[in-house]
Amino acid sequence: MKTHDVAIIGAGPAGMAAAIEATRNGLSTIILDENPAPGGQIYRSIETVPDQRAALLGPEYVSGRSLAADFRACSAEYVAAATVWNIDAGLQIHYSIAGKGSAQVTAGSLIIATGAIERPTPMPGWTLPGVTTAGALQVLLKAQGAINDDVVLVGSGPLLYLVADQMLKAGNAPKAIVETVPSGRLLKAARHLPKALKAFSYLRKGLSMMRRLSKAGVPVYGDTSSIVIEGTNKVEAVRFLSKGKQHRIETTGVGLHQGVIPNQQVTRLLGCEHHWNESQQCFVPALDDRFETSVEGVFVAGDGAGIGGAVSAALRGRLVAMRIAEKNGRDTWSEHRAIQAQLAQDATIRPFLETLYAPSPENMVPADDVMVCRCEEISAGQIRHAVDLGAPGPNQVKSYLRCGMGPCQGRMCGTTVATIIAEHRQKDIKEIDYYRIRPPLKPLALSELASIESEPTRHTPL
Amino acid sequence: MSTPSTADLVVIGSGIHGCSAALHAALRGLSVVVIEKDTAGRHASGVNAGGVRRLGRLLPEVPISDRSMKIWDKISNLVDDDCGFQKAPQIKVAETEDEMEAHRERVRVLNDMGFHHETILSQAELRDYLPAVSDHCIGGLASLEDGFALPYQTTFAFQRKAIKLGVRFYENTRAQKVQRDGKNWRVVTDRGTFSGTYLLNCAGAWAGNFAQQLGEYAPVEAIAPMMIVTARMPRFCNAVVGATGRPLSFKQMENGTVVIGGGLRGIASPETNVSQMLFGKLKQTADTAISIFPVMKTATIVRSWSGIEGRMPDDMPVIGRSSTEENVFHAFGFSAHGFQMGPGVGELMAELIATGETNAPIEPFNISRFTTKH
Amino acid sequence: MFKRVMTEIRNPIHIEFEGQTITVEKGETVAAALMLAGHGKFRESSVTREDRGPFCLMGVCFECLVEIDGTPNRQACMTLAEDGMKIRVQKAAFEETTR
Repeated sequence: MKTHDVAIIGAGPAGMAAAIEATRNGLSTIILDENPAPGGQIYRSIETVPDQRAALLGPEYVSGRSLAADFRACSAEYVAAATVWNIDAGLQIHYSIAGKGSAQVTAGSLIIATGAIERPTPMPGWTLPGVTTAGALQVLLKAQGAINDDVVLVGSGPLLYLVADQMLKAGNAPKAIVETVPSGRLLKAARHLPKALKAFSYLRKGLSMMRRLSKAGVPVYGDTSSIVIEGTNKVEAVRFLSKGKQHRIETTGVGLHQGVIPNQQVTRLLGCEHHWNESQQCFVPALDDRFETSVEGVFVAGDGAGIGGAVSAALRGRLVAMRIAEKNGRDTWSEHRAIQAQLAQDATIRPFLETLYAPSPENMVPADDVMVCRCEEISAGQIRHAVDLGAPGPNQVKSYLRCGMGPCQGRMCGTTVATIIAEHRQKDIKEIDYYRIRPPLKPLALSELASIESEPTRHTPL
Repeated sequence: MSTPSTADLVVIGSGIHGCSAALHAALRGLSVVVIEKDTAGRHASGVNAGGVRRLGRLLPEVPISDRSMKIWDKISNLVDDDCGFQKAPQIKVAETEDEMEAHRERVRVLNDMGFHHETILSQAELRDYLPAVSDHCIGGLASLEDGFALPYQTTFAFQRKAIKLGVRFYENTRAQKVQRDGKNWRVVTDRGTFSGTYLLNCAGAWAGNFAQQLGEYAPVEAIAPMMIVTARMPRFCNAVVGATGRPLSFKQMENGTVVIGGGLRGIASPETNVSQMLFGKLKQTADTAISIFPVMKTATIVRSWSGIEGRMPDDMPVIGRSSTEENVFHAFGFSAHGFQMGPGVGELMAELIATGETNAPIEPFNISRFTTKH
Repeated sequence: MFKRVMTEIRNPIHIEFEGQTITVEKGETVAAALMLAGHGKFRESSVTREDRGPFCLMGVCFECLVEIDGTPNRQACMTLAEDGMKIRVQKAAFEETTR
């Protein structure tokens, strides 16, 4: 017995746009988000950020304000600080609010809008205090107006330059950018440019960012590899090869980035089919042209459907809600063509970016001594050894080594374990696949489980 | 791959029972082939609570469990792997005087049978073994020399050793039909046909279909017992604990995590290999754990899971010869307590198959016990 | 080091980390508060007890686990600081193992 027509998990751009569209079509909607305010990652703190900081973060960020305002104004039931920990086959959703306990809702249709996570970036020394993702640096800037004044950015992807540019505007540029994009890659990526001329503004923005950084004297090391973060109890330096030459930069902070990948936890929990997207080098849920997964009634909107960015996320959110409205007897699907056209337009830059910023081979298949599972401290070498003993895939490796059994539940190691096994066994990664994901989606207090309602029939908000 | 393969023994299923029987048969010089529709230890054998338990067994199982325990005590000699095996007391906590009396009666019966591994614990003794146990627990039944192990490690180790001894495993190979082929038995799979002199059905929750093909009735029910594991906690428990009157299996692993089970069931879908948790039921497990160990109030669940197990209506396995066909054998339906029996059952099945007989008392497990009722 | 730019603390509250009092902005996460106060080590890793600190700041990596008011395994980046909170480094819970 459903309590709502639509349940949405995640109040980033996709979730917010979906909530607005769903309620506009008269669907009873609940939206659950684990953060205290809407915006997801890309629009984090969008409602509270002061104007001065917003200007530094850029117009794309600021454009999230109107979306958040429309979201607040819509009639969706919005539950903030809600951690979803289980969804069963009947789309009964368990969620928990710290200090208040657990509640349940049952959805007619489910929209998974949990977005993306940073691609894991295993390398020697990556667990040292002082090492964060580049995204984490941006979180601090958005939410707290704070930066690290002594940091080297390492990796590849548009976010690296965006963060560097924002830090520069905030008064403290990074010490250096150590980029893993190999020489010649730009030429290879340029093949995809003609289609991307439609999205010329992206490129122009990128180039002007790089110009500002260059003018500010931020050294950029290209074609880097053999990156090692040095330090005993915290970061002290980063060492690397660039164009064949050895470099060492002393630093107390490192920001890592190798792009973002869909957050698979919920789609995997529900048993959705996934495939490996060769261009994006990550697993994505299998979706039909209306963004429905292989599980009926379960949809994915936003970066969780494949990396597309904030504008695309909001468009997808609308489409998914329209599709669900259509399934519920409303006639809105006729408008979808215009949105699909906008989506296609927004996506033209992707093949170029994906080719240019493909993750480094060292990242995807790290050396034996690199720690892959941070929670349980398992190395790439240990994983290969388990495979040599006969463990054929991630689930057996997990059972044998405890790899993926820690509190992060495989978020930080899952993709790497799959790529390591695929390479070591010389098999297609689709055959290797991924960890089996089980509830709870995030750790749950045993005492909270002991006090849930056994057979709830309505949603009782906490 | 569709080349026929000939061996002395064809085993269907590479859980602990299939792997153990294959290993022991190879030790006796038989050539063995194991057919597995998924991968070794994929189901019940790889995901159970890991209890290595003689405590509280149904009486007909006690002699076999005891035989198996002797193998556990030297498991690294057999499989070149310690399997994560730890000797530890297994204790069933009693919460009422009736439960204590039932335990005393059981000890009397076991002693009469010649078994002395189970003893009564007074309240003071219980607290000695379990300082963190709740005050309301008044004593218990213990098997002090039992233990626990790591189920996937164990099954995987048995498989690896069997391979070293020449056993050939065909994983991702689904057995479909079992047929007599002259003097041999033929197993038709989705990737070819295998034949052997002897056939052993260790197909767990899926074994009923093969029994049926042999003209036998074995009502295997697919069940999904639910498990929980917590984040690491400071050490507070060195025994494996159950409750007498309500479902609980509780142990703190060497790494500090606490594994909680007890047999409350989720939903098993054997056709799709999917097992589903039912949290409305699992709350009872959480509640019982906190009731017996109040320190669990601050525990955090990191993962829950289930697997697909085969259960028989009388909660006793099927072990022994086929009742209809010569040279066919069964070892399945261990009803959520077969892990500890794996080493011993494999040894006696290999003995039975290779020599034609075994002195292990397996008559109570005969498959025909269902047919006569049918 | 981490520092505030373009902002100063306008609604101060106080929390304690390992006995040391820190002034933070109301509404800040525990993780940000600790990082801004110069603390990099939040916990010991589970197996080898090495120093660990926050990594992703969005609730994915579980590196920022700290003990807050006696409750362990709290994600500092997902918890808003509250006046009077007592936070401690999360210790590894057991003896070192080789597995």
